[in-house]
Order: sequence, then C-alpha cells, then structure tokens
Amino acid sequence: MNVGLFIPCYVNQFYPNAARATLELLRKSGVNVGYPTRQICCGQPMANSGFEHLAQDCNNTFIDNFAEFDYIVGPSASCILHLKDHLHSDTQEAKATEIRGKLYELVEFLTDGLKIESLNATFPHKEGLHHSCHGLRGLHLAQMSELNAPPFSKPEKLLGMVKDLEQVRLGRCDECCGFGGVFSVSEEAVSVKMGKDRVRDHTRSGAEYITSSDLSCLMHMEGILHRNKSNVKVIHISEILNASI
Amino acid sequence: MTTREKILGEVLQNQPASLPLPDISRFQGNEPDVVQKYKTVFESIGGKVFLVDDFSTMKCLLRQHYDTSKRIATTLPELGFELISPDVDPHTYEDVELAIIRAHFAVAENGAVWLSDEVMGQRIIPYICQHLAVVVRAETIVPTLHEAYEIIGEGTYGFGGFIGGPSKTADIEQALVLGAHGPLSMAVFVMK
Amino acid sequence: MSYQTTTKDHAALAEAFIKDEERVDWHDGALWYIREKRDIASKGIPEWEELREAASQIKSNVISNLHDYLLQFEANLKKNGIVVHWADTPQEHNEIVYAILKAKEINQMVKSKSMLTEECGLNEYLEERGIGVINSDLGEYIQQIDNEPPSHIVLPCIHKRKEEIGELFHEHLGTEKGLSDPTKLTRVARKPLRNVFMPRRAALTGVNFAVAETGEYVVCTNEGNADMGAHLSEVQIASMGLEKIIPQKKHLGIFLRLLARSATGQPITIYSSHFKKPREGQEMHLILVNAGRTRQLGRPDFQNSLKCIKCGACMNTCPVYRKSGGLSYHNTISGPIGAILAPNLDMKRHADLPFASTLCGSCSNVCPVKINIHDQLYKWRQEIVKEGHASSTKVFGMKAMAWTLSSSDKLDKAGRAGRWFMQNVPFVVNNKLNPWYKQRDMPEGPKETFTEWYLRTNGD
Repeated sequence: MNVGLFIPCYVNQFYPNAARATLELLRKSGVNVGYPTRQICCGQPMANSGFEHLAQDCNNTFIDNFAEFDYIVGPSASCILHLKDHLHSDTQEAKATEIRGKLYELVEFLTDGLKIESLNATFPHKEGLHHSCHGLRGLHLAQMSELNAPPFSKPEKLLGMVKDLEQVRLGRCDECCGFGGVFSVSEEAVSVKMGKDRVRDHTRSGAEYITSSDLSCLMHMEGILHRNKSNVKVIHISEILNASI
Repeated sequence: MTTREKILGEVLQNQPASLPLPDISRFQGNEPDVVQKYKTVFESIGGKVFLVDDFSTMKCLLRQHYDTSKRIATTLPELGFELISPDVDPHTYEDVELAIIRAHFAVAENGAVWLSDEVMGQRIIPYICQHLAVVVRAETIVPTLHEAYEIIGEGTYGFGGFIGGPSKTADIEQALVLGAHGPLSMAVFVMK
Repeated sequence: MSYQTTTKDHAALAEAFIKDEERVDWHDGALWYIREKRDIASKGIPEWEELREAASQIKSNVISNLHDYLLQFEANLKKNGIVVHWADTPQEHNEIVYAILKAKEINQMVKSKSMLTEECGLNEYLEERGIGVINSDLGEYIQQIDNEPPSHIVLPCIHKRKEEIGELFHEHLGTEKGLSDPTKLTRVARKPLRNVFMPRRAALTGVNFAVAETGEYVVCTNEGNADMGAHLSEVQIASMGLEKIIPQKKHLGIFLRLLARSATGQPITIYSSHFKKPREGQEMHLILVNAGRTRQLGRPDFQNSLKCIKCGACMNTCPVYRKSGGLSYHNTISGPIGAILAPNLDMKRHADLPFASTLCGSCSNVCPVKINIHDQLYKWRQEIVKEGHASSTKVFGMKAMAWTLSSSDKLDKAGRAGRWFMQNVPFVVNNKLNPWYKQRDMPEGPKETFTEWYLRTNGD
C-alpha cells in the first residue's frame, strides 16, 4: 500500500512536528509512505474567498504530485474536505476525480482505512477535543450534535487507546472556533470572540491541552491563548497518538 | 401583459424539472395511552387538564377555578351560561372573562385542540377571552398531527385552528410569559 | 418612520456589537438555549430526520411545479371568496395594500408578524400616505417604537436587554421608570395592545403555509395577535411570497411538526390558524408577491433557498449570528438564511453577507427543510467575485497568493520557513495592518520546515 503524505502548506511551515508525527504514525502502522516534496497547497484559501477560479494551477500541482499513490493522507480535515469537494482540473479531470476518491484525513484513515484497534502511546494529561467543523460536518469524523442520530466519534475512539490520557467534557461539544480561513481576518472581531469563547470552554473544563484533527483551528486558538499568556497548550492529535513518555 | 401573467411566465420559465412528492403515509403515531400523553404534554406547555365524566362534574370544577361573577360565554347549553351568538358584533365579546367551547378533537404529541368556526360560536371567541376552557371527548384524542389532518380532511369550515395552550410570548429576554394578547390561561376538560 | 440606513458592512457592524461583551455573552447564551431546546424537541421525535427529508422533498416538488400550484391555489382562493392580487415588486405590493384600505377609507391598520412586509417597507409607505400601522407582535412592537428593524425573524428584539425595553415602555407607554421584569413589562403592554385591536378595521397578516389543494392559508403565532387582528377586522389582508405554497393539506402535518420544534423547541405554536373563507360581512384579500423570487428560482445553485419556512433555527445555531447580532446583517432576514437570500435581491449591497460565515455547516444540519445553506454561502462567494463585487485590493491579494501557491519554485522564491507566511498569512496582503495580530499571536516560525527536514534527513 503506497500512501502519499499530504502536508498542508501552513503545517509544513509552522507545525513540522505534527507532520513528523503523522509520518511516524503511518510508518508504525506498516504503511509505505511517500512524501512528494514539491507539493504546496490545496487551494482552499483562494476558493473560500470566492476565488475558486484562481486555484487551477494549485489544483494541477496537487494532481501532479499525488496521482501515483493508492491513498493520500493528510493531518488536516479542512484541506482534505476542500480537495474532496473541489479538486477539479481543466486538463486532467479524470485524474482529479480519481484523487477525490482516495483522499483521507489522518484520523479517518487510521480508523476506517487501517482499522487501528490499539496504539502504543502514552499521554498523561487532561485533554479537550476540539472538533473542526470540516472534520465533523464535512468528513463525519464524529456524530453532529444537531442530528437525531446515533453517537460515534473516531477521534475519541483513537484517543481512548492512549494510556493515561484524560478527556475533559465540554459545555458545547462541537461549536465552531471561529477560524474560518479568510474569515479570521475579514471578520476579526467575530472570529476572535468565537475563539475566546471556545478556548474558555476548554480551560473551564480543566484541559491542559486542546487537541484537534485540524491545525488551522488550533493555530487560531493558540494565537489567543498565547496573547493571553495562558498555560494551556494546543497539540495536533497525531502528536498525542504518537506520544511516548 | 398583466403582473399575473408576467410572474407566472417567469415561474414557468425558471422552475426546474418536476420532482415527485414523497409518500408520507408511513408517518403515523403509535402512542398507546393518548389521554395520558395529552395531559403530560399540555400541562408542560402551561395548560391545565381536567379529566371529567360529565357536564355536572365540569360545572363544579368551573365554579371552583373561575370567577363566575364575571362574564362567561359558551356554546354549550348544558352549562347554563350565556350562549354565544353568531350574529352580534365580535367586538362585544371583549369583556368575556371565560369562554367555554367544544373542540373537535385533540392531539397528544403537542397538546393542541382543533376547533373550527362551527364550534367557536364566533371566530374571535377563543382569542379574545381572558381565560379559555375547551371540552374534548377522550376517545377523539389522536397521537400526532398526521392523524389530525386525516380527520380534518377538506373540511366545511371557513376558519379553523389548532390551539395549544394559553397565549404566550418570550420576546423580552426569552423569559416565558403566559398571556400576551390572548387568554391568560387555558384548560381542557377531557370527557370520558 | 424609516429605519436608519447604514453603509457599514457586517464586519464593522459586528465589531461595534461585540464591544459590549457582556451583552454578546448574554445574546449568545439566550440563542444557544433555544438551540438546546430545539435539540431536545427534535430528539423526542424518533422519525425527525425522516420528517426533514420528507419536508425537503415536498418543497422540491413545490419549487419544480410552482406554476401549476399557483394557478390551483388562485382558483381555490377565488372559490372560497378571497380576492387575489399579484405583485411583482415591493412597490406594487404596497400600492395594492394602500388601494384596498383607501377604497374603505381606512386610515389605521394592525399588522401581525410578516417579514415580507418588512422587506417591502410597507409601514413606511403607508405612513407617508397618512395610514398608521401598528405591529402587534410584542417583539415587533418593541422594535417599531424603537425605530429599528427586527433583528431575528422569530425573536424580533432578542438583541435588547430588559432594562432597555423598560426604558422604551417608560417613554412610549408611560410605565414607571426602572421597570424591567419581563412578566410585568408584558402585562403592561397587554392592555394598550389589546386596545389597538378594537378600533382597527383592517388587519394584515403574513402567511406560513398556503395550501394549493384547498385555497386556505395557515398563520402561526404564539401570542394570538394575528387572530385578534383578523377576527375583529372588516378587511383582512394576507401577504405572501410565492414560495409559501404547499401542495396538499396533509402536508401541513409534516411542516407543523417541524416548524415550532425547530424554531423554539415548542411542540407546536400556540395558534395555528387556517383561514379559508371570509367571515360574514368581511372582505378577505390575499397578495401573492414575487419581489425577486422568480429570479432566485432561475438560479440552480440557489433555488433551494426558496424552501425556507422561516423557523430561525439557522440563526440560533449560527455562532457568527450569536456573536454579531441580527442587525449587523443589515437585511430584513438576517443570519445564514438571510445571507443566501439577500444577494439575490441586491448582490452589490449584500456582497459582504456570504462572507459573514466560517462555513461551519451547523445551519444546514438544523434546517427543517434541509437547505444546503453553507454550500450556498460558498457558491455565493464565487458568484460575487465573478460579478466583480470583491474589492480591488482583495482581488490583487488573491491573485498574488494564487500565483505564489501554484508551484513550489515560486514559494521557494517567496521565502522559506515561515517567512512568506509571516508576511502573508492568513490570506491577506495588507500585512502592516493585518487584523490577525490585534488580539492574537502567530506561532513562531520553526527552524526548518517539514520539507526541509525531510530533504535533509530523507525522512528518518
């Protein structure tokens, strides 16, 4: 099984540790991982701003880098969802269609693709799980609180396999953090207010770490925590699942 | 071209290819004890339910719970109060303290009773009175709105309505207040 | 009376609203409480998701057969003795109402909640012509005396605190100063508002559902104000958008089960009134209003927005709405649904609204008729940019970013290890004034990127 590792642009630049944890986790699971080093961006920043038509070069670059793999896995629900929904190409649409069908976010690849039942990980901390909206409502990584449907949670299932980890209960289990890509700056006031409220839900519940399958949400919340000199830290879920003492 | 023709023309031009109606016959209630369910739901929304055997028990309860020195109007001759006339100006009922009317049936899932102008005496009655009392036969209570609309059918009324409790508002800071414009209270007498 | 018009966009209006953080927290909590009541109510119905699907399918059938249903509805209305009018524009709608009142020499009207007439600016139109209108819904009445539009389609004054309402009542109804208890305030409004109904010869209501099969229409309220107005009036007018049609009466069973549970968590609105024929001696008029609906019908990506039954659930669940307040949307219908309806009416004026969302998708999940609201917000963004309504700096920035992010070589030239991002993240060119940093920090750029590490170590 050849897996192409997709590391979103901002993760590459700011969160290389999460990228390394993702790579290690996949290798530990016995997967042959390739990392195309010329990869760049999923095109979501443009598309969500209304400039989907400018993302064509971005899309073709993605296709060129990843077409050869059996699966494409990335540690970012938001970027994966964007590609699943919007990766198209004027010149190689057949390849684009094929790629849209073999994209996985890390958590869903571990639970659905590799059917992981145990992990050799230890993380002796209190942790609050932040569901990214794209992971939750887009990729259905967990049941959505709005629906009258049976509960499940893929990230919680994985976190449950980590030794000494304590998951805290939040007041609002799947509220948006307010990042929203370009929204974070074009609607700065609302974005920050949403972020502050989300962070407060975690800190009130006693979390030492806020984790998520999306680093973009975490980057936003980290920015607020850091500005307010909080001791609470953010950590990508891959780093917890890959943690040893 | 008239406005009507213009609008209809645009609708015809712009509407998408026809999609079918779903089969909704599978939606139906299966509540075993509709009377109990009705009572629970109606009381949870601020109404009062009395289970009574006949009109004489009901009369006793009315005397206990309402100020009978004020104006009471009804469509039910059995009760011996002023009978509502369909022929007078509806404004003349502004000072009715208590109106007592019959409902066709009630709905267990939401506490509502169905009334048409055929049983209201006047359309304004259940809305203008300070307190509303409604009589409904226990055997007519249905589980859900699906059974309700089966019973209503096309109907011969000019006006009909579900009423599911006393008039209420939560417009000021989401604080629930009973008695906005309409009745301050509503009681349903379920008659066996 | 006319509302203050604003040239500020959603972001600016929201920023002003958020300055009073205690109010925002209260507003957020009040609406979240309604969302929770909605969750409890919907989870009490095992077939809830099937009901939503059925409702959505019925509305798809309506949208795709609207022409025939309108004709059927019109014919049945006439059979029932209701006078039918057609209005293509808000102006035409207002003219029709005015002509009906004028013919009867009526100069005072009472109006129950109708977002359509708000959209048409009916009150202002009539008042300019000497006809007084009083909004009888308590929340709308409060907004009217404060000279503000409603901020929420179901809870018109949800952004106001009880102390502010007490002050308004003191000024307009002569209540004692400092009164702020909601029950007492409601009670003091009861008498003057009931007195409003008595002398009014004309009453106007909105329409929740119009049944093509029988030619009757249903109006839902909790206060009973629509009925108080209608049953005391000699002229009753109903204004409805074309999309309010449903095919058959039995479909009301589906929609009435969904409406109040979605809106407030109640099992049904207190009053669900079915108007079919005028009372003896009464005139009944119904105005079918287009006001842009046929245009929206012709937009394949957005026609589903016409399924809306105006429950307001998308507003209650929307975190942006909860934090920014309904008035920041500067449109009669606010919140997520307003943001997909408004660009159809005036794309330039409402170009900001589809961007007033994180695309979190909660709105689509609570929608009782399953409108794909967040997908439509995304699609409106593309449409608005294509139509040239994005600002020129934004266009330039996006082009620059798209170019830089299109290949690895270009990004290499732009700078490594976070430098390019430090200057450009997140997604703006105007980095000197980048709003990100107002209340947030950015992570420190690490020594090397993942790619650099991978190339250096070959991934080991």
